[in-house]
Amino acid sequence: MSAPQHRIDTSPKVSDEIRQTTCYMCACRCGINVHMKDGKVAYIEGNRDHPVNKGVLCAKGSAGIMQHNAPSRLRKPLLRTGPRGSGEFREISWEEAMNTAVGWLTEIHETAPHKLAFFTGRDQSQSFTSFWAQHFGTPNYAAHGGFCSVNMAAAGIYTMGGAFWEFGQPDWDRTKLFMLFGVAEDHDSNPIKMGLGKLKERGARVIGVNPIRTGYNAVADDWVGITPGTDGLFILALVHELMRAGKIDLHYLAQYTNAPVLVDGETGLLLRDEDGKQLVIDRITKKPTPFDQKGVRPDLSATYRHAGVTHRTVMAHMADRYLSPDYSPDAVADRCGVPADRIRAIAADLARVAFDEAFELDLEWTDFRGESHKTMTGRPVSFHAMRGISAHSNGFQTCRALHVLQILLGSVEVPGGFRFKPPYPKPVEAHPTPHGQGRPGRPLAGPHLGFPRGPEDLQLDEKGKPTRIDKAFSWENPMSVHGLMHMVISNAHAQDPYPIDTLFMYMANMAWNSTMNTSGVIEMLTDRNDDGGYRIPRIIYSDAYSSEMVAYADLILPDTTYLERHDCISLLDRPICEADAAADAIRWPVVEPDRDVRGFQSVLIELGARIGLPGFLNEDGSPKWKDYADYIVTHERRPGIGPLAGWRGEDGDQAGRGSVNPDQLDRYIENGGFFVEHIPDNAQYMKPWNMDYQDWAVKIGLFDAPQPFLFQLYVEPMRKFQRAAEGHGDQQPPDHLRDRLKQVMDPLPIWYEPFEQTLVDTDQFAIHALTQRPMAMYHSWGTQNAWLRQLHGKNPLYLPTKLWQQHGFKEGDWARVTSAHGEITVPVAHQAALNENTIWTWNAIGKRKGTWALSEDAPEAREGFLLNHLIHELLPAKGDGLRWANSDPITGQAAWFDLRVRIEKVAAPAEAQPAFDPIKSPVPTGPTTLKWKVGA
Amino acid sequence: MTDLPAQTTRKLGLVIDLDTCVGCHACVISCKGWNTENYGAPLSDQRPYGDEPMGTFLNRIHSYEVQPDTGPAQTIHFPKSCLHCENAPCVTVCPTGASYKRSEDGIVLVNEDHCIGCGLCAWACPYGARELDQAEGVMKKCTLCVDRIYNENLPEEDREPACVRTCPAGARHFGDFADPNSAVSQLVEKRGGIDLMPELGTAPVNKYLPPRAKDRWDDESLLAPLLTPVAKEPSGFLSWLDKALDKLPGGSA
Amino acid sequence: MHPAPSVIIFTTLSGLGFGLLFWLGLDSTPPTGMVAFAFFVIAYALSVGGLLASTFHLGRPERAWRALSQWRTSWLSREGICAVAALLVMAVYAAALVFAGVHLAPLGWIGALLSLGTVFTTSMIYTQLATIPRWNSPLTPALFLSLSLAGGALLSGRVTLGLSLLLLAGLVQLAWWMRGDRAFAQSGTDLGTATGLGDRGTVRSLAPPHTSPNYLMREFIFVIGRKHAQKLRIIGFVLMIVLPVLLLALSFSHWLAALAVLCHIAGVAVCRWLFFAEAEHTVGLYYGMR
Ligand SMILES: Nc1nc2c(c(=O)[nH]1)N[C@H]1C(S)=C(S)[C@@H](COP(=O)(O)OP(=O)(O)OC[C@H]3O[C@@H](n4cnc5c(=O)[nH]c(N)nc54)[C@H](O)[C@@H]3O)O[C@H]1N2
Ligand SMILES: Nc1nc2c(c(=O)[nH]1)N[C@H]1C(S)=C(S)[C@@H](COP(=O)(O)OP(=O)(O)OC[C@H]3O[C@@H](n4cnc5c(=O)[nH]c(N)nc54)[C@H](O)[C@@H]3O)O[C@H]1N2
Ligand code: SF4
Ligand code: SF4
Ligand code: SF4
Ligand code: SF4
Ligand code: SF4
Ligand SMILES: [Mo]
Repeated sequence: MSAPQHRIDTSPKVSDEIRQTTCYMCACRCGINVHMKDGKVAYIEGNRDHPVNKGVLCAKGSAGIMQHNAPSRLRKPLLRTGPRGSGEFREISWEEAMNTAVGWLTEIHETAPHKLAFFTGRDQSQSFTSFWAQHFGTPNYAAHGGFCSVNMAAAGIYTMGGAFWEFGQPDWDRTKLFMLFGVAEDHDSNPIKMGLGKLKERGARVIGVNPIRTGYNAVADDWVGITPGTDGLFILALVHELMRAGKIDLHYLAQYTNAPVLVDGETGLLLRDEDGKQLVIDRITKKPTPFDQKGVRPDLSATYRHAGVTHRTVMAHMADRYLSPDYSPDAVADRCGVPADRIRAIAADLARVAFDEAFELDLEWTDFRGESHKTMTGRPVSFHAMRGISAHSNGFQTCRALHVLQILLGSVEVPGGFRFKPPYPKPVEAHPTPHGQGRPGRPLAGPHLGFPRGPEDLQLDEKGKPTRIDKAFSWENPMSVHGLMHMVISNAHAQDPYPIDTLFMYMANMAWNSTMNTSGVIEMLTDRNDDGGYRIPRIIYSDAYSSEMVAYADLILPDTTYLERHDCISLLDRPICEADAAADAIRWPVVEPDRDVRGFQSVLIELGARIGLPGFLNEDGSPKWKDYADYIVTHERRPGIGPLAGWRGEDGDQAGRGSVNPDQLDRYIENGGFFVEHIPDNAQYMKPWNMDYQDWAVKIGLFDAPQPFLFQLYVEPMRKFQRAAEGHGDQQPPDHLRDRLKQVMDPLPIWYEPFEQTLVDTDQFAIHALTQRPMAMYHSWGTQNAWLRQLHGKNPLYLPTKLWQQHGFKEGDWARVTSAHGEITVPVAHQAALNENTIWTWNAIGKRKGTWALSEDAPEAREGFLLNHLIHELLPAKGDGLRWANSDPITGQAAWFDLRVRIEKVAAPAEAQPAFDPIKSPVPTGPTTLKWKVGA
Repeated sequence: MTDLPAQTTRKLGLVIDLDTCVGCHACVISCKGWNTENYGAPLSDQRPYGDEPMGTFLNRIHSYEVQPDTGPAQTIHFPKSCLHCENAPCVTVCPTGASYKRSEDGIVLVNEDHCIGCGLCAWACPYGARELDQAEGVMKKCTLCVDRIYNENLPEEDREPACVRTCPAGARHFGDFADPNSAVSQLVEKRGGIDLMPELGTAPVNKYLPPRAKDRWDDESLLAPLLTPVAKEPSGFLSWLDKALDKLPGGSA
Repeated sequence: MHPAPSVIIFTTLSGLGFGLLFWLGLDSTPPTGMVAFAFFVIAYALSVGGLLASTFHLGRPERAWRALSQWRTSWLSREGICAVAALLVMAVYAAALVFAGVHLAPLGWIGALLSLGTVFTTSMIYTQLATIPRWNSPLTPALFLSLSLAGGALLSGRVTLGLSLLLLAGLVQLAWWMRGDRAFAQSGTDLGTATGLGDRGTVRSLAPPHTSPNYLMREFIFVIGRKHAQKLRIIGFVLMIVLPVLLLALSFSHWLAALAVLCHIAGVAVCRWLFFAEAEHTVGLYYGMR
């Protein structure tokens, strides 16, 4: 008997319409197809034509529908009625909200703009928010880069004009050996996965260097479970081995880097000609010659005696340093927790693949010296690294070391190696210097954030005191090119260097997971003066959701979700380019808000106009822009260059440069929300030196003139700071910082111990404690997402086998974890594939009760926890009465991963400690059942 | 109709590459999204904003640790959805005929209009591939995106399962295992694809590609020549440099 | 396995009910009139009550009738058919006895066979599951049948027969436990075969797919301490077998017999709870449990 098989419709209608825009759940910014049914969002998938994700989509992106519809969305502007932190608010109209903000800000703008500190977090419109702050005239603006990964960005720019992540990527199609340092997920999250997939398909080898073996490190063929904070040593030992064996790319070093440049034997500065060009000795003429002359054959080993001083090449200085036995594998093995043999094996394999498996691509090109080449040499070795090496107090130098390693192998910007994404590479010279000095009522002369060339670019007043509230660009961290968002609240509370009036923040959960010392920061935000007023008098905050930070602000400007507003992912900012193309993108309201909320950028535009910021008004005093969409289309940074590069010119037929096109946004929408311009084939590699690339970059408006440059193995600006610390020049650091600056501002990469462990008793605090990002959660936002929070609703503390056994832990146990600064009590779990002195947990899963529209018994609020309670923004006191930031001494990058702890087994408490009182929620709790289906 | 077809014309299924899966859960959520909006009842969530949230998912990612005899432990991310077994015990136990295996392509489906939600098929499945939706009271399972793979309203290139389309690492492959020349058959052949719990005789169609051997540090003696020192001291290094530069094209010698 | 009350009630009560129907159907000198009425009411209350209870665990009880369609492959379907047939046949048989005082013996035999068949098919629902090695054995139908027959015998007042059947059921139960405790290990299925990673080393679950329990964990993973289980086994066995045997063997009184029956039912319920609670499903392996 066989009844007929059940019949189903295998061709059901998928949707009424697809609207293509850009995902927002992380800085990767993939293209998405939003399927609409009955005007509602029905399903989100990746856009196959998009340069970033080519159709794939991560868990967060696919869960966008739950993000967009989250019950935690704020609904109306809020004015605080209870004390800070209570969560008691009154809903107000936008009219009242704007009047309040305008009232607070206008006065400061006209009298003392520095009393406004405007800091933005997960901001994807920094070129606009910084423009606003610049016009406000406050020196106090930055985004979150200072606590995020400025070490990586700055080290890359100073060394080679760009770093990893959105600056560049491995040549996934050709690389054969890929080494990944300290990455759990990164910003480039889909492209890294797609790239790993390509390597796997080809059977290429992946080496993961990470104390923890999960995610990318789990699929790595070989795992190096390094001791946290020691990558610099490990990398320099590889450098030692490669140099000793002569396995370095001499041609590349001589032609494209400052390895042959002469270092002044007296000053340590680079020798230059009258035009400021770095000098090399030409092997043919044996004479000092500007590096960029046609036919020059720079000598790597030359010495040059002049006026009684011997000048040697950068390469010679490197030989002196790195051939020293101090950098031998045997010398570093114990500290790194990596056997010396393994370090040698890796060095040998790097050498083998870079040189024995080198290949030529038939791509003709002309270099900046005017010489033509028939081919490009491929070195199929590539690297990628992120916060694992950058979020330490020795992170800048470690990142530098890695860049130097890849340059020595000749594998940057070559086939098979690491490739930049436009507008990178961009040397320091092409970046602005920092600006901060303004007059009330006037804009700053330039952008806040820039790249100091030397002490003259520091932001200090006549007395040498920092002029910025975060003390960026001060002697404490001279090259803090992204500012120090993690110090803002702490410094404002300490009124050091000065008190401020209004703290204005956007999209940063600074009362919770994005801050160090969470409990301390909560106290600072609620602390009062003797007169009963708050120590930080006014806080304005824009969030889209009911986050922890909302409760600590006085005025809340509720934002839309990413599907309800215009945004632009601009080449002026952090674009979505790939190594073979320049690209930018937009977001547009694929649905209209169903609440009384407004896109924050549009709010800023209105605020700017109403406060009377010069750049925001026409001659006649009328507002320059109606809203952000209007700004995106009509604003010009330089003539012909605006936020969007696509479809410029009146007819929309110009790419990169061109006059304003009023239909530009429509053209983007027609094209799927993005614009791509491919790099010509022979300009695909060797970009810093390839005139075809340089000319192309000028043509599409990335630069105004070609700017070829040498990779800087030796970073001269650092030497300038170091020299100042040695007593040269009129800008002098305070005495207590001299020794540190002399040590850390070394123009060649060095390694020094992470600060925290030099200050605590490492017998007592023997364990390293880290966090990782879960691939399926974005910081605190994922928690409000009904689908994602089921994946990561709590976060155990993972312990390695040694500690697990030593303390007799069993499944379900809890531990008290103590640092020099604080303690937490949390659930533990066992993981064998873990460095034996390291413990870790997922980042930002723990939540405060009463937030994110969750019920108060949500696991995130009972068992979830933050490691941040253990991490202080200041180092343990040294007894000198000074506040030493827990940051990299060069860039100010927050040293999250320097944390040292001890653990003990304790009886399970009722909930993870510390536990906080619930916050009164400004939104109702979400429903108890979800059956989400918008179509019939 | 719970007789299993004696044989199916095609054998559609997935290959999951454990050497490549990074455990990102992208496939989990795209599956949730597609199947909430499409085939049958939406995949519901209980206490979505409360304690112990629990929802219906047709695909989940486990994480395992393997400790070999020597060398460090390995982490393996392990996706699991219905394997569309040839010998599907979930089908034969079903009392209503709601569960069936399609004779044309071997996809195992539940006719939600006939399902009584007895749960027996979930008991019979060794792999945990079936979930009784708590709101709808019917059995849900991976449909192999039967409403995508033949869907004429989708562009040709999108006629593949949602999880396959979205997987950023390319760790999931979809195809016909009845055809020995199909890409999936070839992959299984080349990489030694395996069955889960073969001893139970379910004959899964989906195959898993085992992780490649790991942490095989090459024998030092093979590598040693690559690291033969050119010099021990900086001065020796510089004279080596000088000679080596001479040998480069365009060098002075 | 999650010991769902509906299923425990169902198997316990319907086992007894159909056991009683079996003996009533076989009886060569069955009661008639009010006495028959009383017996049949008890039998139907138990069997129908059990069946009704079983529908509580259905997601869509209103469609339960569909369960009768797949007798060719599905033991659950067969059980449904057997149960309905047994109840219908026995209804006619009972009506004849109660209202007409007529003994339709062949109908009784058919009904008895169907009743036993119902118990057997019920047991096969569990027995057939290779996913639960503890159940996957011929001893499972033996256990269900012997208990049903013993319980039915007790209920129908067949003391001597009941006694020996009880002892038999007790033996089967002990054997079932002994085998069951080794069954999972002997099945050859472990996390190594479940993941295919077993030949690389020892496999351990590092993290579950979701941080809160899901349907699978709720349904298939029930962790019960070994000591606790042993205690319950003793309690269950004493109630189910030892006490009834003692009570019946001591002396015959209706009160003691009633007490013996109650003890037995309670004991069966306890053992049925253990039947589920102790059963390990292969799905548990994926979650690092058994
Ligand atoms: N222990 C530990 N702590 C860390 C780190 C770590 O590794 N370990 N990492 C640090 C790093 S690198 C970073 S970048 C920070 C990140 O930390 P945050 O910058 O605080 O990131 P989120 O938690 O994503 O919070 C951003 C806020 O933006 C809000 N938001 C989301 N969408 C929108 C929107 O569309 N509009 C507006 N206006 N608001 C929105 C969210 O609701 C949330 O309140 O965390 C830091 N904290
Ligand atoms: N899904 C998801 N994606 C994100 C984010 C998110 O929240 N969720 N956040 C975005 C943001 S703001 C950022 S900054 C990026 C950060 O992306 P990642 O750089 O991947 O940052 P983390 O997750 O903090 O991972 C740091 C990694 O470094 C390792 N590590 C720590 N110390 C050391 C060390 O000393 N040496 C080595 N070798 N490794 C070490 C840790 O084990 C961990 O694997 O991710 C972005 N992308
Ligand atoms: S990686 Fe994921 S979250 Fe980030 S933009 Fe792409 S899809 Fe969105
Ligand atoms: S995996 Fe489970 S549900 Fe899928 S066909 Fe096999 S037995 Fe049935
Ligand atoms: S739950 Fe539905 S599909 Fe499964 S066996 Fe029961 S009736 Fe069949
Ligand atoms: S094939 Fe479709 S239903 Fe099955 S797991 Fe993949 S997305 Fe889910
Ligand atoms: S999407 Fe791909 S890589 Fe991510 S968990 Fe699924 S199978 Fe693994
Ligand atoms: Mo970050």
